[in-house]
Amino acid sequence: MTTSVTSAWSITESVRPPRAVFTDFPLGNTAGPPHRSDVQLDIARQALSLIATDSEPGTILPLSHEWGEPWKEEARELVDHRTERFETPQYQEVKDREAAIARHGEQVATGEASSRWGQSPWD
Amino acid sequence: MTQMPDDPVDYIAVTRDTYTSLGYAEYRWADNSNEPVPFAEPTKPLAESKVVLLASGGVYALGDVGFAHKDDLTFREVPMSTPTNQLRVTHFAYDETSARSDINAVFPIEALRSLEQEGVVGSVASVGLTFMGGIYSQRRLGETLIPALVERVKELEADIALLVPV
Repeated sequence: MTTSVTSAWSITESVRPPRAVFTDFPLGNTAGPPHRSDVQLDIARQALSLIATDSEPGTILPLSHEWGEPWKEEARELVDHRTERFETPQYQEVKDREAAIARHGEQVATGEASSRWGQSPWD
Repeated sequence: MTQMPDDPVDYIAVTRDTYTSLGYAEYRWADNSNEPVPFAEPTKPLAESKVVLLASGGVYALGDVGFAHKDDLTFREVPMSTPTNQLRVTHFAYDETSARSDINAVFPIEALRSLEQEGVVGSVASVGLTFMGGIYSQRRLGETLIPALVERVKELEADIALLVPV
């Protein structure tokens, strides 16, 4: 069985997972705002509770938690926020890369991922 | 039960219009609106069920290999006993600020530990499965990453998968 948490209503309606709770937060906070363990716990609890309730296939249940500050105007701006799509493993911190090299070797920790597309990224 | 909340951001429209304004090819979303929902009924009580966490926010544990931001169809196994200060994120398409401040924003490891201690769920799988979303090819996903994840979920004997996209 599957349950999920989502902050992207239209995408979830299109994908149609079996069950989901909806958190109306900026992307990057699906499971709850940082350092709000009370909210994070409630979101996980409600996502799992959907399993126990007699939910209809495709249910998306909006939760009542609010972000608290205005954020939607910025989220609707037509701006490409993506960073460069590097073909080698990327790390949050330099020391992470060093730790991965120590454990997995330089080739694995810094080399290209094994899977590659053909001509079209959509293929 | 499914009632649209007030004024959600329509990310399909925003992404489509952004790509068009930049001269890129139109973004192709997964559209399962004419497909039956793959739905399974519970076979045991939640309090006896094992839960595995799957997250697409590019989470990895210190010492493991990070994610390539292009075409990475691999996944990582993150031990659920990992201290949160040893969990990291790398992703090209969302603001990682919250996740880097508190990994629970995209990988609710502490919430699941609490729910296990409370007895709300029977147990939590020993590892969470993580990957980096933003993979454009649905075919490649369906042929490579998803079957690998499904196989691992079965090996872990999890009853419930909790999916956390970003």
